[in-house]
Amino acid sequence: MKTIKTMKTMKTIKLLALLVVTSIAFTSCSKDDNGPENEEELITNVTYTLTNGNNVVTLAFEDLDGEGGKAGTYSISGPLKANTTYTGVIKLENKTEKPAEDITLEVKKENDEHEFFYTSSISGITIKKTDVDRNNNPLGIKSTLTTAAAGSGSITIILKHKPKKPNSGKASEAGGSTDVEVAFKNVTIK
Amino acid sequence: MIKQFCFCVFVCCIYTTTIAQNCKYSLKGKITDFHDNSTIVGASIQIENSNRFTTTNFDGEFEFKNICKGKYTLIVKHIACETKRISIFVNKNTYKDIFLEHHIEELNNIEVKADIKTEKTSIETTLEKTVLEDFSDKSLGDALNTISGVSSLNTGSTIVKPMINGLHSSRLLIINNNVRMFDQEWGEEHAPNIDVNASGRIDVIKGANTLKYGSDAIGGLILIQPERYASKDSIFGSTSASFNSNGLGGNINTEVVKTYKSGFYAKLQSNYKQFGDFKAPDYYLTNTGLKNFNASVAVGKNGYEKGFNAFYSFVSNEFAILQSSHIGNVNDLVNAINSKEPRVKESFSYNINFPRQSITHHLGRIEAYKRFKDLGKLSVQYDFQVNRRKEFDSRRGDRSNTPVVDLRLFTNSIQSNFHINYFENFKINTGLLVRYQQNDAVTGTGTKPLIPDFVKYDFGVYTTGSYNLSDTSELSAGFRYDFSRIKARKRYNVTDWNETYNYDELFPEFETGTIDGVKILTKPKFTFHNISASLGYTKKFENNLSLFINYGLASRIPNPSELFSDGLHHSAARIETGLLTMKKEVANKFAISLEKQNDNFGFVIGPYYKHINGFIQLIPKGITTTIRGAFPVWEYEQTNANIFGIDIDVNKKISESFNYNGQVSLIQGNNLLEDIPLIHMPSTNFGNTITYRNQKLNQLSISLHQNTVLQQDKFPNYNFFTFNPITQKDVFVDISSTPAAYTLFNIQTSAVFKAFKKGDLKIAFNINNLFNVSYRNYLNRFRYFTDELGRNFNIKIKLNY
Repeated sequence: MKTIKTMKTMKTIKLLALLVVTSIAFTSCSKDDNGPENEEELITNVTYTLTNGNNVVTLAFEDLDGEGGKAGTYSISGPLKANTTYTGVIKLENKTEKPAEDITLEVKKENDEHEFFYTSSISGITIKKTDVDRNNNPLGIKSTLTTAAAGSGSITIILKHKPKKPNSGKASEAGGSTDVEVAFKNVTIK
Repeated sequence: MIKQFCFCVFVCCIYTTTIAQNCKYSLKGKITDFHDNSTIVGASIQIENSNRFTTTNFDGEFEFKNICKGKYTLIVKHIACETKRISIFVNKNTYKDIFLEHHIEELNNIEVKADIKTEKTSIETTLEKTVLEDFSDKSLGDALNTISGVSSLNTGSTIVKPMINGLHSSRLLIINNNVRMFDQEWGEEHAPNIDVNASGRIDVIKGANTLKYGSDAIGGLILIQPERYASKDSIFGSTSASFNSNGLGGNINTEVVKTYKSGFYAKLQSNYKQFGDFKAPDYYLTNTGLKNFNASVAVGKNGYEKGFNAFYSFVSNEFAILQSSHIGNVNDLVNAINSKEPRVKESFSYNINFPRQSITHHLGRIEAYKRFKDLGKLSVQYDFQVNRRKEFDSRRGDRSNTPVVDLRLFTNSIQSNFHINYFENFKINTGLLVRYQQNDAVTGTGTKPLIPDFVKYDFGVYTTGSYNLSDTSELSAGFRYDFSRIKARKRYNVTDWNETYNYDELFPEFETGTIDGVKILTKPKFTFHNISASLGYTKKFENNLSLFINYGLASRIPNPSELFSDGLHHSAARIETGLLTMKKEVANKFAISLEKQNDNFGFVIGPYYKHINGFIQLIPKGITTTIRGAFPVWEYEQTNANIFGIDIDVNKKISESFNYNGQVSLIQGNNLLEDIPLIHMPSTNFGNTITYRNQKLNQLSISLHQNTVLQQDKFPNYNFFTFNPITQKDVFVDISSTPAAYTLFNIQTSAVFKAFKKGDLKIAFNINNLFNVSYRNYLNRFRYFTDELGRNFNIKIKLNY
């Protein structure tokens, strides 16, 4: 009788020990307390470079701390010339990594799932996409921008992920989700 | 033949050794009731493997004379008692006290208990196994939705969070097999990982009396209880299958139970569910399917004096999340709100694409109990849970297969409960709890963790008592103290830490001094002391009328999302922000219930009032600009609130075969500091059901059910304007307006047929949303994107064997 009881106690102790060991095992799989944080995959910089011969104008957006924190900053290197055609190239970068990661390459690689859209409030300005994806639909990493008379206004650049393709050319009708939406407000044409 | 021969030799040997000994001893004893110490008259006692019998006299005593030296087994039997076997060694005149238990029948079968409340003085409603079977291919939230005053907060049609009287998430305690569920209940799109098929019955406790499980049941308690089995040698089981036209999917569930006379039992259950894209009346909801696998095993021994049980369950859920809900910024949200139709409408598919959730939940527990004569029952339990939640989004590159949220929550608890029944009219439950919890924000997601790494320690002690004032009235009271400590480790954006939230002045002690790039490493640490109490009174009147009065004081500490959330929730296109300044919530709850239990005419009328100090809610707080454009920021904030309402249930027997049931729920919640309504409060809703039953005709049952949900006209206006750079105009973001009222009709039919020799076959056929009504539900986070489900034909077959 007594031995049976002792056996039972032993069993209980063994079981409890097993449970404790299990919990320690579970607990100790957790990562090192001082281990590195996640590398965040961000787009921190959008640069739209407009070139006409020696005349280069860049529209740049930068938000190095991502969502929250400090608001992003816009910079426009100078005025555009009236009645001029520029060739435009978009570059997306993650500058929190060193060296900076070129996100445009990813967009190129998945060109059928992406499209840039350009809109402007400046009268007479036209922005045309000059490159295409693997299905011959517009992509918009490369473009031409043609100015008319002097004036000022905004240029907005939008990158849609998985938009409807082909589409009407308007971002608002293309669906998909927005990966980039930057609005340069005080673009001047002289 | 050889066996028989061996047996004979064996018996002869024993016989020879027995008679060779000195047989002059007496074996006396007394048999009393374990429970109340009364003597047991007329119990039979047999010496095993002999034909020596005796019975107890009027004093409960018995005697065997001329017993030889040796070891014996006595078999003690009495009507309505558990038969007992006792080993005894005789080498002198021996006296033995033996206790028998009269009340074993109480333990045996759930059916016996079906009408009995878990807590006598609390306000509770029960869903029986037969009702749960109707929801074998749905979620826990769907099953509970049938109770008046219970609604749900949905994310699409598959992620369903139960809501009791307007409160949800960590304000509800979900107790599964006596284990408090910790499956990251903090987020609005985190559904409880519970397989309805594994449960025997579910109690929803709206009123007080929940202190055994925690101090924070501000909303209430959901008790999921296993089935209990009679102590007899048996094997039985069931298999059920269902098929649905909407989603072209269904469920297969199988369970086998083996029971033994000795009280041992074992149960195996498993369940597989799969659905493809669901359909609203006018279109398919692309990427809304699910896959779900559950299995559970339970073993144990039911005895009156002592016993144990062990339970393990595994739940694996794979939920597709409506593709149209994955939007990039506030302008995408405006487009979604204005377009009235989902952005992506493709044909039917079983594919689970992005976004999706993949969740696994392990739960294990072991409990042992022992009864002490004239004192009570002590039970001790250890349990653990591991919840792994992965949320996948549509991402650039090949990152879609890398989750954006990857959290592992590990919870470990030891608890004890001592039920003292020493006093005749006064029962006490007392116990303690120790819990350790650890959250691991698994690295490699390439995103900022929405919830950081943290560890949490809990310690709680409680005592509850109930006192029978008279045969018809009972009073109960309880008190609980809880200690909690949370230690987290989180990187904050330096600008947010220093400027946006001013944490550098509020919590300088959390800073570690480590700054890499734009991030500061912090180690927030919080300690909470909680006190909760409950008071309940019940009085039974004539005509099956009973009155319940409940008061409860409950405190809830802020959960990790309310403290630490920090980041983008894609499916809602919003940035959610928790605040380190959150204090605990303290609620005072009053509830009354007047009930008449009768088949001919019965009712439950339950008004309630809750006042909550420091009520934490997640509300829109303006917008922030990111590289994707503008996002609404939803921030947790604290206010004082009150919630009051009334739940009414009525049943009436119209004729021998026709029954009527009716339900009404009215609720109002107010933000007292700002004098506006609370967000996401269920609107007034009512339902009527007429049922036809014919026992003789294969237990045929046909019921027509109508449910009306009125438009919520009391909602806070958090609408705002945002600049749309595409159109160069300010646009109105209407995220507050509530959808229109709707009425749905459902039909349920079932019949039972004999199958094989002793099995039976139940066939049910149901139609949901009979008229294929297009509607949207205020309490569905996806109401901006899509209509709710259209008509569904459902067929269920269940075979009992």
